[in-house]
Amino acid sequence: MMRDDLIEIAYLVAAFCFILGLRWLSSPRTARKGNLVAALGMLIAIVATLVDGRVVGYTWIAIAAFVGGSIGALVARRVQMTAMPQLVALLNGLGGGAAALIAVSEYHVAGAAGEERLGAVLAVSVMFSAIVGSISFAGSLVAFGKLQEVLPGRPITWPAQKLLNGLGAIVVLGLAAYASFNINDPLLWLAAVLALLLGVSAVLPIGGADMPVVIAFLNACTGLAAAATGFALGNSLLIIAGVLVGASGTLLTQLMSKAMNRSVASVLFGAFGGGGGSGSGVSASGEALPVLEISASDLAAQLVYARRVMIVPGYGLAVAQAQHPVRELADLLIERGVSVAFAIHPVAGRMPGHMNVLLAEADVPYDQLLEMEEANPDFPQTDIVLVIGANDVVNPAARDDENSPLYGMPILEVDNAENVIVFKRSMASGFAGVENMLFHDPKTRMLFGDARKSLTQLVQDVQAV
Amino acid sequence: MSLITELVILVLAAWVGIEVISKVPQMLHTPLMSGTNAIHGVVIVGAILVLGAAAGGTVETICGIVAVAFGAANVVGGFVVTDRMLQMFRRRPEPPKENQG
Repeated sequence: MMRDDLIEIAYLVAAFCFILGLRWLSSPRTARKGNLVAALGMLIAIVATLVDGRVVGYTWIAIAAFVGGSIGALVARRVQMTAMPQLVALLNGLGGGAAALIAVSEYHVAGAAGEERLGAVLAVSVMFSAIVGSISFAGSLVAFGKLQEVLPGRPITWPAQKLLNGLGAIVVLGLAAYASFNINDPLLWLAAVLALLLGVSAVLPIGGADMPVVIAFLNACTGLAAAATGFALGNSLLIIAGVLVGASGTLLTQLMSKAMNRSVASVLFGAFGGGGGSGSGVSASGEALPVLEISASDLAAQLVYARRVMIVPGYGLAVAQAQHPVRELADLLIERGVSVAFAIHPVAGRMPGHMNVLLAEADVPYDQLLEMEEANPDFPQTDIVLVIGANDVVNPAARDDENSPLYGMPILEVDNAENVIVFKRSMASGFAGVENMLFHDPKTRMLFGDARKSLTQLVQDVQAV
Repeated sequence: MSLITELVILVLAAWVGIEVISKVPQMLHTPLMSGTNAIHGVVIVGAILVLGAAAGGTVETICGIVAVAFGAANVVGGFVVTDRMLQMFRRRPEPPKENQG
């Protein structure tokens, strides 16, 4: 009795730590402390669970926790910051898988106890975590494969995909309902396996560019699956923590799809016609339009005499491994009295906030990183904008051209600045395959070539001015 | 715990979650995702209950072992990588101010 009360209090402390940890994530100054507090909460929760009277054997727990924890620590220490989306997808899948396994086990225990059907609460929670956990596990692994480029990043489609997925979902739900009233292990296993297949076939058709939304969505799914296991086990902490994650994943999913100008539904079901902009109706006469070039040395001279310079990094910057040269350039210009900031679009990178992490890794101080809403009013006062490895997020067609597939997407309005310099490998179009009129604007100059090489050259030229 | 109590917890937690998380700046959204990822690793608590109480049953033991291992990797990996990211977020160092002065 006494011990159970203490465990409940420990869970309460743990939940408090999780919430405080998330609260402290609201500022980069307190964020690290917040993460440590959340980790402390987790430690308290685990210790409290270990002293629970129902836990009798420790050997397997110790072995499994040691093996899993070591692998987790090793991977987390070694992973490159560019590979963060893959890691998050992978960890997310593990959480979903664990939730599904707990559900399968609870179901089996109920059957072994001689029960023929599950009570309503247990039925809904066990089935929810088994199915959603399985979908999250399989979907996350496919997302991992796509991001890691083990699987092709392009949408993979097959005939009647939407219909088959719909039918699959109905069969899984039907099986789950039937299995709730007739406890029989293979029934639930079949439902779980079908849910795994459903997870695979739901994520395969989603293109690499939409992965930020998918990861956030699967994050929400795993959180809710964890909350469902909380209902199945009557554990308040699992409910609280799972719902917190569910809320976070849901908010991020909405935010990302809004920043990409897509509805959540069109991302998740986008490969099946509708929603996936084809880029037709855009001027095919791209070559005929004028393109003005600039050399690194001319640009260096302009930069040194500018008052305000804004850098717009896209994922191309990270692909070219140019974060360090760009930080060197910013430092040099700041030394010369130029005001420099980075304007970061919400979908720059492969997951929400990815570009900020990549720049922080290159020692760019976070007070130089501006969100889109902060940067846009600044562009009219900006002398030079450097667009590096970004394309669609600065395309004015999103604001001006109602026929463009990008129309309505919030963009960084770099064309309001005095001069725009675009670092680009060639005149190829962006992810969406849409022509970018910014490149043909009279105030735009192109600096062709590999971003890393161009920036390194630019750093040398600025030093020489 | 009664179902009503559990539902009250659910609704309040969702509310707190939305309030707290909507205040996290876009700059920190990647650490937010990896951090919440670590938090849903709390399923390890459920996995420990399943495995620790498994009285020799094969299904519970196998499910429990895999679930504990998954949960542990999820928790440790999530918190470690979040810490790695957050320690990189630094303010502008002080020296430049001295140069200007």
